[in-house]
Amino acid sequence: MNTYLRECSVVFRRQIRMNLRNPAWVLIGIMQPVLYLVLFGPLLKPLVGSFDSGTTNAYTFLVPGLLVQLGMFGAFFAGFSLIGEWREGVVEAERVTPASRSALLVGRLTRDILQLLVQALILVGLGYAMGMRGSMSGVLLGILLTLLVGGACAAASNALALTTKSEDVMAPVINIVMMPILLLSGILLPMTIGAGWLQRTSDFMPFRWIVDGVRDAFVGNLDTSGVMWGTTWALVLFGLAFWWGTSVFRKENA
Amino acid sequence: MIHARGLVQTFHTGKGKNRKAVQAVNGVDLDVEEGEVVGFLGPNGAGKTTTLRMLTTLLTPTAGTATVAGYDVVTQSVQVRRSIGYVSQVGSTFSGAYAGDEVVDHGMLYGMRRPAAIARGHELFEQLQLDGLWKRMPKNMSGGQKRRLDIAMGLIHDPTLVFLDEPTTGLDPQARANLWEHIEGLRSRKGATVFLTTHYLDEADVLADRIIIIDKGDIVASDTSDNLKAQVSGDLVDLEVAGDNQVAIARDKLASISDSVEVEGHHVRGRVARAGRVVPGLLRDLDAAGVSLDSIEVARPTLDDVFLTLTGRSLRDAEADATPEGPADPGDPPYDEAGPDSGTTSPALEGADR
Repeated sequence: MNTYLRECSVVFRRQIRMNLRNPAWVLIGIMQPVLYLVLFGPLLKPLVGSFDSGTTNAYTFLVPGLLVQLGMFGAFFAGFSLIGEWREGVVEAERVTPASRSALLVGRLTRDILQLLVQALILVGLGYAMGMRGSMSGVLLGILLTLLVGGACAAASNALALTTKSEDVMAPVINIVMMPILLLSGILLPMTIGAGWLQRTSDFMPFRWIVDGVRDAFVGNLDTSGVMWGTTWALVLFGLAFWWGTSVFRKENA
Repeated sequence: MIHARGLVQTFHTGKGKNRKAVQAVNGVDLDVEEGEVVGFLGPNGAGKTTTLRMLTTLLTPTAGTATVAGYDVVTQSVQVRRSIGYVSQVGSTFSGAYAGDEVVDHGMLYGMRRPAAIARGHELFEQLQLDGLWKRMPKNMSGGQKRRLDIAMGLIHDPTLVFLDEPTTGLDPQARANLWEHIEGLRSRKGATVFLTTHYLDEADVLADRIIIIDKGDIVASDTSDNLKAQVSGDLVDLEVAGDNQVAIARDKLASISDSVEVEGHHVRGRVARAGRVVPGLLRDLDAAGVSLDSIEVARPTLDDVFLTLTGRSLRDAEADATPEGPADPGDPPYDEAGPDSGTTSPALEGADR
């Protein structure tokens, strides 16, 4: 176990060192949700009372959605840097060492999750500054769920990167996957204001349950079925994606 | 150090109805003893890299067994990895990271403590003439420097067995000659066993104690360079005779030790096994018979001659043949062989990684 943690931390520190050399990425990632917050938030203000979402505060409604969106979008692009590393032989050089295959993934995921945490804190801080109200424990749980979702998406993105090994394939795949997720998760507007068939469809979208869960948590209702389903789905997605990611790093050898 | 029996690697290429199994390596037997420097020679696409990747645990053999440094490549892959150094042909460092950091991190993935890895890294940088490049990024290095950095990566944990995959491909002649010195130093200084693949004949000739030739997935020869040359073609002796009337005598004398004599003007040529041993006698005979020579040339056969005799094709032709029918496989780094799961990626990205 000790060796395993050491291997994870070697991979993690190597990744962080490269990220810090190019901190623009962290800022580019946070730009999108910040723009939504500043430019879309005001549009919600007159509408949010009619949503039946447990809050009349536009930012308490919007920030949870943006958090999950940040977790998904930011992390989905994590795999692109892995393709570059693979092309330069770095992944192969790591795989020829005795280091555990899953440590090669976990070290990278830790970097992605840490980066997401920084972005999430910025977003929540900005939300508070703009008038969001949320319970401290609920916000913490919401961030935790965001990190789980982000970890799942980052693991899936790394797996996809090593499977396709081409930015040209990966970019359209991510786009195709992201659009329905974005539209069916109720990130910007709640699914409950939609037609019946649209609501039924969104029931099949795990991310919708996570968004609802984070929203309930922010409002301070920690014992709702929304929080339970959101947490369950976040854990399930993380487990599946982690398994996929590890198996890809293990592939092509015993 | 390396013992392989019946190694087979089968890849699948194509899709649907066109899907077919391609046997990249057809049952390779290999033995490399401790302290040997072995050159693994063959044209592009012959199965060199595939064999190497099986021996270094990066690819699971479809069939057959191999022990490397005393461990089984499938069931004891971690022990194998700990004992070997591998210098791949695509490189091993990220272009935007500091060279020194990459080497230290690599050492730590082998379980070295940071101070030990740093000390060892500096030692290697000095030995490989990379001093002063610790904080240089690989993208700002020359081709030769980058290859030497790859070698430093492969040696950071002091392996007793080193695999080098096409170490000098793409380097200019000076950088090649320089790298050869460092590769020779691996054994003379470290006593390491070295297994290197190449498709340059002169490289195998200069570096290797023994040469193993692979063609179309089969081992076709394994011997010292000298023996291979002696066995298959012999040395070419070319006599230029001074006078017209002496040509016939010279031809008869040469024919007594060679069975392939040709005459062209004043030139009498023939192949003889181990020319060094028989030419002094030949010269004495010619002198005694009153034949005077304007020139004499003895050319050792090249490995190209060897390859031609063994396979019926010259290395250059073999390279032309070996161009795979389909586009190169995108599912693997740009190696010279088709990689696994060629069939799983869309045609749209083929070649995208070049």
